[in-house]
Amino acid sequence: MFASCSDPSALEGFAWLMCYLTSGTHLLFYASFGTVLLLLAITAPIALLFGFGGAMASRSRIAPLRWLGKTYTAMVRGVPDIIFFLFVPIALDQGLEWLRHQALCDSSQPVWQGNDFVVCAAAKLPLSTSPEWVHQTYGFATAVVAFAVVFGAFAANVLYGAMQAVPRAQLETAEAYGMSPRQVTRRVLIPQMWSYAIPGLSNLWMILIKATPLLFLLGVEDIVYWARELGGTKTNAFTYPHPDWRLYYFLAILVFYLLMTWGSEKIIGRLTGRLSRGQATLAGEAMRKTGGA
Amino acid sequence: MSCAQTFSDYALRSIGFGERLLPRSDFDLCQQFVLIGSGLIWNVYFGILALFIGFFIANAVALAKASANPWLRKPANGFIFLFRGSPLFIQFFLAYEALVLLPRAGIEIFGMTVATSWLTKAWAGALIVLILNTAAYSAQIFHGALQSVPKGDLEAADAYGMTGWKRFRRIVWPTMLRLAWPAYTNEAIFLFHATTLVFFSSFPAFQQRGDSLYYASYFADKTFNPFVAYPIVAGYFILLTLLLISVFGIVNRRLNRHLPGAVTGRMKYRPQLIR
Repeated sequence: MFASCSDPSALEGFAWLMCYLTSGTHLLFYASFGTVLLLLAITAPIALLFGFGGAMASRSRIAPLRWLGKTYTAMVRGVPDIIFFLFVPIALDQGLEWLRHQALCDSSQPVWQGNDFVVCAAAKLPLSTSPEWVHQTYGFATAVVAFAVVFGAFAANVLYGAMQAVPRAQLETAEAYGMSPRQVTRRVLIPQMWSYAIPGLSNLWMILIKATPLLFLLGVEDIVYWARELGGTKTNAFTYPHPDWRLYYFLAILVFYLLMTWGSEKIIGRLTGRLSRGQATLAGEAMRKTGGA
Repeated sequence: MSCAQTFSDYALRSIGFGERLLPRSDFDLCQQFVLIGSGLIWNVYFGILALFIGFFIANAVALAKASANPWLRKPANGFIFLFRGSPLFIQFFLAYEALVLLPRAGIEIFGMTVATSWLTKAWAGALIVLILNTAAYSAQIFHGALQSVPKGDLEAADAYGMTGWKRFRRIVWPTMLRLAWPAYTNEAIFLFHATTLVFFSSFPAFQQRGDSLYYASYFADKTFNPFVAYPIVAGYFILLTLLLISVFGIVNRRLNRHLPGAVTGRMKYRPQLIR
C-alpha cells in the first residue's frame, strides 16, 4: 500500500508490522468485517418480515394457512440451527437448478445420476462462465436466505407471543369503536405489540450477531476464513513470513464481537425505554410516576 | 449388506469400534440412519457432561455475581460477559488455537511433566469450551432467579431462625432453582444443539469419529443429496429434544411439588430464546 513497503524483508519492527497489516490480503480481511455487517443489515429486516408473515399466518382464521404458520414456527424448536444453515443453501441451489433444468435442458435426463446431481451447463447456477463476483454474491445470497428462514421462524415465535400478549381489552375497545378486524390489526394490535416484542426481538438480534461466524461453514469468505488464511504459519517463501498467529487473529474477532454485543445492549436499553413510555406495564408505570423521560 | 450387519459394523463407529472404513458408495438408508445415530453418542456425551459440570460452576458464578464483594462480583461479571458476548464458534476456534500452542512435550511443574496434547482433542478441548459457555449462560439465568426470590420467603426463614448456609441450602437455593428451571431447560436444549458445532470448528475428527452432523454432512457431500441425511439428523435431534424436555419436566415437577396446584401442570416447551 505504501511506497516504503515495496521490500518488506528489509523492514524491522513497527514499520514491518504497519506494512504487514496494510497488505492486500489484510485489506480483504478488513472488508470481510463489512460482509458480516452487510449480512446483519440484510438479514434482520428480511427475517423480521418472515417472522411477521409467520406470526400473522399462525393467527389466521383460514385453517391451512394457520397450519402452515404453526409448522413454520415449530420447525426450528427441536432442530439445531446449524442443520438449517447447512441444508437450506444446498437445497435452494438444487431446487433452482432443477427448475432451470426442466425449463432449459433436455428434461428427459434424470437430475440424479447415481451419486451425482447433474444438470446441463445452461442450467448451472451461477453459470460457469460468469465472473468470480457473481459466484460470491450467489453464495452470499443463499446464506442470507438460510439465515432469514431460521431467524424468521424464531421471530415468528416472538411476534406471535407478543400479539397474544396485547391486552384483550384494548382490542375490544377498538371493536367497540366500530373498527373492522383489519383496522383493529393495523391500528391497535401491531402498534401495541412492539413493547411486548422488544425483549424477545433484542434477544434474537444478539443470537443473530453470534450466528454470523457460521457464514464460514457456507463457504463465504468471511472473517473466520481470512483469520485462518492469514494467521496460519507463513514460511520464507511468503512476503511476510511469520509463525502461527491464528490465535491473535481470533482474539481480534472475539473483541469485534464483544464490542458488537456490548454496543447492541446499550442501544436496546434505550429503545426499551422509549417503547415503554405510556404503556400499561411495570416499566411504563414506573416512568409515569417519576414523570421523567 | 443387511441392515443388521450394517448396525453391528457402524453402530459404535463414532467411538472407534466396528468397521474402520466409512461406506464410500452405494449408500442406503440403513447406513445413514445407523452412522448418524452413532454420531449422536458424541452429542449426548458433550451435552450431558457440559451440562452437569457447568451446573456447579454456574451456581458458584451466579452467587459471585450476586455478592456484595467487588473482588467476587467483577470477575463473575467479566466471565459472563466474555462467554455470552461472543459466538461459541469463535470460542471453539480460539480455544483450539490457544491449546495447540501449548508445548507438545508437556509442561514441567515441580519436576513433574504434565501432558498437554490431550487438550487439543475434541473430547477434552471442546468439552471445556462447552462447560464454560453453558456455565456463563446458566449463571446469568440463575442470577436472575436469585434476584427474584420472594422477600416473604426470606422473612419466613428469618422468623424460623435460619441463617447463613442453612437458609441458603433450604430456602434460597431451592427457590432459585425452581424459578430458573424453565429458562434453564431452554438453555439445556440450546446446549445440546450447540454440540453439533464441535467438529465444524477447528477440532479434528480423529479417524473420522465425529458427531451426528459430521456424518450427515459426510453423506450429503458424497451423495450431493441434502434431502436424506439432514432430515435424518433433524429427526434424531427432535427426539433428543423431546427426551430432554421430559427429563427436565420431571425435575420441574419435583421442584414445584410443594406449591398448590402445581402437580397437574405439565411443563410445555415454550422456546423463550434466552440465549
